[in-house]
Amino acid sequence: MSNAPVDKGRRRFLTVATSVVGGAGAVAVAVPFIASWNPSAKAKNAGAPVEVNIRKAEPGQLVRVKWRGKPVWVVRRTPDMLEELGDIEDKLRDPNSQEPQQPPYAANQYRSIKEEFFVAVGICTHLGCSPSYLASGMGEHVEGVESGFFCPCHGSKFDVAGRVFQGVPAPLNLVVPPHYFIDDNTILVGEDKGQA
Amino acid sequence: MFKRFVEWMDARIPMTKTWNIHLAQYPAPKNFNMWYVFGFLATIVLINQILTGVWLTMNYVPSAEGAFASVEYIMRDVEYGWLLRYMHSTGASAFFVVVYLHMFRGMMYGSYQKPRELIWLFGMFIFLVLMAEAFMGYLLPWGQMSYWGAQVIISLFGAIPVIGDDLTLWIRGDYVISGATLNRFFALHVIALPLVLVILVFLHIVALHEVGSNNPDGIDTKKPKGSVPDEEKPKFKFHERFTNKKDIVDSIPFFPYYIIKDLFGFGVFLFLFCYVIFFNPEMGGFFLEPPNFEPANPLKTPEHIAPVWYFTPFYAILRAVPDKLFGVILMFAAIVFLALLPWLDRGRVRSIRYRSLLHKLNLGVFAISFVVLGYLGTQPATPVATIFAQIFTFLYFAFFGLLWFYSKREKTKPVPERVTSK
Repeated sequence: MSNAPVDKGRRRFLTVATSVVGGAGAVAVAVPFIASWNPSAKAKNAGAPVEVNIRKAEPGQLVRVKWRGKPVWVVRRTPDMLEELGDIEDKLRDPNSQEPQQPPYAANQYRSIKEEFFVAVGICTHLGCSPSYLASGMGEHVEGVESGFFCPCHGSKFDVAGRVFQGVPAPLNLVVPPHYFIDDNTILVGEDKGQA
Repeated sequence: MFKRFVEWMDARIPMTKTWNIHLAQYPAPKNFNMWYVFGFLATIVLINQILTGVWLTMNYVPSAEGAFASVEYIMRDVEYGWLLRYMHSTGASAFFVVVYLHMFRGMMYGSYQKPRELIWLFGMFIFLVLMAEAFMGYLLPWGQMSYWGAQVIISLFGAIPVIGDDLTLWIRGDYVISGATLNRFFALHVIALPLVLVILVFLHIVALHEVGSNNPDGIDTKKPKGSVPDEEKPKFKFHERFTNKKDIVDSIPFFPYYIIKDLFGFGVFLFLFCYVIFFNPEMGGFFLEPPNFEPANPLKTPEHIAPVWYFTPFYAILRAVPDKLFGVILMFAAIVFLALLPWLDRGRVRSIRYRSLLHKLNLGVFAISFVVLGYLGTQPATPVATIFAQIFTFLYFAFFGLLWFYSKREKTKPVPERVTSK
């Protein structure tokens, strides 16, 4: 034991410096533990937004892509189809999209960003079957309606904006996923515009 | 032989000393009533949960593909698997039954008041961890209600401004609830939270044994040293750790007297517990909900999503508020206010026996509100039910507000010097 006087200032400096470095180390160690809870590369890959090329889509055609394990439709609607949407509102359960089944920018009569292109998750809101797209011949199921979606499982019916008809098992309109137009020919499904 | 073994041990670890301080020579007020068995029962249920839980993990498969089937495998093919699972699932509900009664006991007799604030706080943390534990455990069977219940609860965090969406993504570890979520919940449910729970229970008891138990009269049974004549002291030997600083009155050693009483309570508890396990394990859909007998299906939402009964009072508060974020805040506030009870109650008289009529009514209305909210939380949210939920949510919170106001100048009855039971 040396009897040299204790340098308190020096001792305090060393204590504080050691604590700070140790504390920083503890924080750094927390990073992997917290970050490992983020979606893994596999999950990110499976959940990544999907680009849909619509350049070659003919009027009236439906393009089908897969996003997060679900079928997503992009329908290029004809002027006749769009016109019909306004005429059938009294037959619908939720014509004005009051239920939150779509992003705010699709809460309109056409349930889309551009009138022409309708984007929806192709899963019936009843029991999860995938409805069939009827560009024409919907009249067989709903009188006086030319086009729409008909679910073969339990007979739920939707118009060509994915709005559910009254008197069918499905309670809600089809889901419109977040999406935006990258350019005139490409839609990105799975992300809102301006999102990271 | 045994004596030499004890001596050998005592020279190396404080075995006899710990036994004496915490059991054989631990003074407990002699006037405990049946409300005082629930702490013991909670400990028993905790041991049941740990034991049956460990055994369940031996056959359970924590993956989205295998979870549901492995639970059915446990139920059908594993010897006594059905019993182990029903002991665990019934134990979860039993845990909340005894904990709610245990908490209400504390509220009736003012056990949260000075100097027992920390015991109450540790207890509230136990309650929180227990809720997290139950919530995560409920996802593991990977049934429809597991899946959609978790969906609803995790999406609550999405109500938090700015970070909400990223937070829910981080909790799920995927864009939907998936195997990733199941696996992390499994890890938390079987090891992380149980460890925290056991540590908190330990601290709860250490804090309790430092200040000693309250009692139904809410008065101190530890008097200033030298204030009690010898003939009035109990004829039991208490550890000097207690008698050195205080004169102990109206107390009996915890072992064997209260152990015997608690074991009687345990016997009654077992009747009820075994009835549920053997005759009514689903308890009419309250302990195990019917939709959970279907495997989780991310594409199909059940018509009516309700949490298990022990969460329903808080769920009813959440739904009573039209605004999602405010609803979430109010739901958590319902628990925070409970935790703040030691500071909201500014009274000095602990037991309901000597408090004002107003306080009795207030606590009664609070208890009724809790039960009614619990019922409403199990029901579909019709407009009428929502109005009732709003009324009883108001009454729930009014309890704390009123208490803070009147407790400062409350007209209380005179408190006895010594406990009232003979």
